[in-house]
Amino acid sequence: MALKIPPKKTPMKEQPPEERRKNFFEVALGYTPEEAIAEAQRCLTCPTKPCVKGCPVHIDIPTFIKHIKQGDFQGAIDTIKLYNNLPAACGRVCPQENQCESQCVVGRIPGSEPVAIGRLERFVADWEAEQGEVKLPEIKEKKGKKVAVVGAGPSGLTAAADLAKLGYDVTVFEAFHKPGGVLVYGIPEFRLPKKIVEREVEYIKKLGVKIVTNAVVGKTIPVDELLNEYDAVFIGVGAGAPKFIGVPGTNLNGVYSASEFLTRVNLMKAYLFPEYDTPVTVGKKVAVIGAGNTAMDAARTALRAGAEKVMIVYRRTEKEMPARLEEYHHAVEEGVEFHWLRQPIEYVGDENGNVIGVKCAVMKLGKPDDSGRRRPVPTGEEDFLEADMVIEAVGQQAQRILLDEFPQLERNKWGYIEADLETGATSVKGVFAGGDIVTGAATVIEAMGAGKKAAKAIDRYLSGEWNPWND
Amino acid sequence: MAHKIVRKRKLAHLVHEFVIEAPLIAEHAKPGHFIVVRIHEKGERIPLTIADTYKDDGTFKMIVRAVGKSTYELCMMKEEDELLDVVGPLGKPSEIENYGRVLLIGGGVGIATLHPIAKALYEAGNEIYSILGGRSKEYVIMEEDFKKYGEVLVTTDDGSYGMKGLVTDGMEHLVKEKSLNFDVAWAVGPTVMMKFAAFKGKELGIPKMWVSLNPIMVDGTGMCGACRVTVGGEIKFACVDGPEFDGYQVEWDEIIRRMNQYKEREKIALERFLEKVGDVSWL
Ligand SMILES: Cc1cc2nc3c(=O)[nH]c(=O)nc-3n(C[C@H](O)[C@H](O)[C@H](O)COP(=O)(O)OP(=O)(O)OC[C@H]3O[C@@H](n4cnc5c(N)ncnc54)[C@H](O)[C@@H]3O)c2cc1C
Ligand code: SF4
Ligand code: FES
Repeated sequence: MALKIPPKKTPMKEQPPEERRKNFFEVALGYTPEEAIAEAQRCLTCPTKPCVKGCPVHIDIPTFIKHIKQGDFQGAIDTIKLYNNLPAACGRVCPQENQCESQCVVGRIPGSEPVAIGRLERFVADWEAEQGEVKLPEIKEKKGKKVAVVGAGPSGLTAAADLAKLGYDVTVFEAFHKPGGVLVYGIPEFRLPKKIVEREVEYIKKLGVKIVTNAVVGKTIPVDELLNEYDAVFIGVGAGAPKFIGVPGTNLNGVYSASEFLTRVNLMKAYLFPEYDTPVTVGKKVAVIGAGNTAMDAARTALRAGAEKVMIVYRRTEKEMPARLEEYHHAVEEGVEFHWLRQPIEYVGDENGNVIGVKCAVMKLGKPDDSGRRRPVPTGEEDFLEADMVIEAVGQQAQRILLDEFPQLERNKWGYIEADLETGATSVKGVFAGGDIVTGAATVIEAMGAGKKAAKAIDRYLSGEWNPWND
Repeated sequence: MAHKIVRKRKLAHLVHEFVIEAPLIAEHAKPGHFIVVRIHEKGERIPLTIADTYKDDGTFKMIVRAVGKSTYELCMMKEEDELLDVVGPLGKPSEIENYGRVLLIGGGVGIATLHPIAKALYEAGNEIYSILGGRSKEYVIMEEDFKKYGEVLVTTDDGSYGMKGLVTDGMEHLVKEKSLNFDVAWAVGPTVMMKFAAFKGKELGIPKMWVSLNPIMVDGTGMCGACRVTVGGEIKFACVDGPEFDGYQVEWDEIIRRMNQYKEREKIALERFLEKVGDVSWL
């Protein structure tokens, strides 16, 4: 290969760390058309399309990049939208390093970075939005069949959009007052501006999808009614329920779940209190427990909401940390402190019941556990971190409100819905499920992939081609 | 979908009754359920209990006491105005069955929460005694409604109406002086009242007392944990595991402390609001 491919990705402008740590504006600023074309030229248009295999929704990556090379941005976005209904969100929050970009041939060249597929996806999605009118795809003739979708997160919205394109009458029921799922209540504004989510939701509505907010299925709409009124149901209610480690002091004032903290700030805009009515009291010294993406989001949000010092407290080390490297680097640049090998054993409070610090067991790494990561074991030493706010980001579990009202639906041993991963079919006839409520907390694009597969399966089921319940 | 205020009526200073259009809630609500209201785009999510439902015209009743910025703002709304979001019914319904003789203890706007429970217990065949408590006569609401279901004893702090004293004095009166034995009790009202009612109930040998907790909530659907309370040594989420719990098992001091978490912020918000809207002595 005598081609001269620049070894590094075309850099994307970012707000400098010292500025952005004080505001909620987006950190990464996107490509200009020139930068996008330059980056697109790094792509080899491989006929075997290895990158596509790494993409959970199989976007035809070389084709959309080819359009960009030619300056045909409309062609590029049209290609993406054949596969992905939420490109502006995915271009921003997908872990491309584990997906498409991990398979990219250019990235295999020693010393070379893969093509910046995610940045290019983001670029064309944003470009289209700037053009004003967004082009609508072909919508098949109405089939006269009704499908209900429960939950307006990435899985539900994707299933809804694909089914609408196929000609079904789709209604999405969402418990919150806003559609988007984790995209609106979890992922912060500075990584994914809510305007972008709104834009993507508008697009899905234009496809003919009806979205009913404030509708809690199992409560506002009983499960039986849903099963009677609709020809098929897709459940994408997510894994929104927070887990607590359960150490003494969990209910002290100032101890939050990441879900609560992020919901207050992102969905309810508590950072704009008192202009917005929802309050949040951000401490001066904040300890965030855990080192996944949610922990990084909580830590960086706490900084922006006015904390003087933010510490991540994690029981393993940097190497085992589940967060995306990019988010970790962003957090480091912004001044988040990392306390490795610390396992909280108690939250300590003052006489008024306000948290004043975290008592930790000092850990060391022992033998690998089931996940293949080395298991942290206590050294016997203890450590105390002063903190007037603690945010636990140690994982999520199944959203129960629907499941509690739907006992016929089989679950697996972790409490998630038992569903076929290829079709989403559950134990109940005509009911499909996908996303975090099946797999446990995963990624936006995997949830979308599950929504797509289920949409296809629902179409086959409703057109009488296939029936896994055999009756 | 916005929800119209069909009727509104002042019950006492800062206490207002609303009838809200919400057909799905009217159809599916059971005693013990609550709803979450958001007034406008910048509003917070306010949990409120359902005081009654009217299936025929698709409406439900709620009674609101103005305590913070959001509830002041809500109480200042007029008939025909619309609430931006109303979601529900949420929570687990009350466990209604024929227990025998039931004691109902209501305080302040908690009396409204207790009302559908009273009605359902009455319909299930229970013999019902109610104690309705308030600061003064004005704050004892819905007395006539409760009289339909059984004997009512009113207590007021200042003695302006009924028996002078607290609901716990009323409990003592019924159990000791009137020698009544109760099979179960419900206490709904300010948290401090429920705490003392639970202590008194235990002391008087009432076998079980349900209380309806109203901790700080955000979503009301089990997704945040803001509403967590300790009951019987375990962490429970009031919005999905409750709001009704066994009052003898609740860690009261923790709840009371957690409810005060945003006191300072709430004060700022209310002060700013009152400055803006001017005189609200009519409310
Ligand atoms: C803080 C945070 C950061 C993350 N960052 C990333 C990232 O950078 N990249 C990435 O790929 N992934 C990320 N994830 C994970 C990703 O967001 C999820 O995997 C994905 O959103 C799952 O989609 P879903 O559709 O299954 O569920 P959700 O997005 O959880 O949506 C479920 C929806 O269903 C609604 N619902 C629940 N119960 C009911 C009911 N009974 N009736 C009606 N509606 C109901 C909920 O209100 C919610 O809106 C992050 C997650 C979190 C929490
Ligand atoms: S693998 Fe990389 S170089 Fe090859 S087509 Fe995909 S993006 Fe382009
Ligand atoms: S209010 Fe959020 S979990 Fe109960």
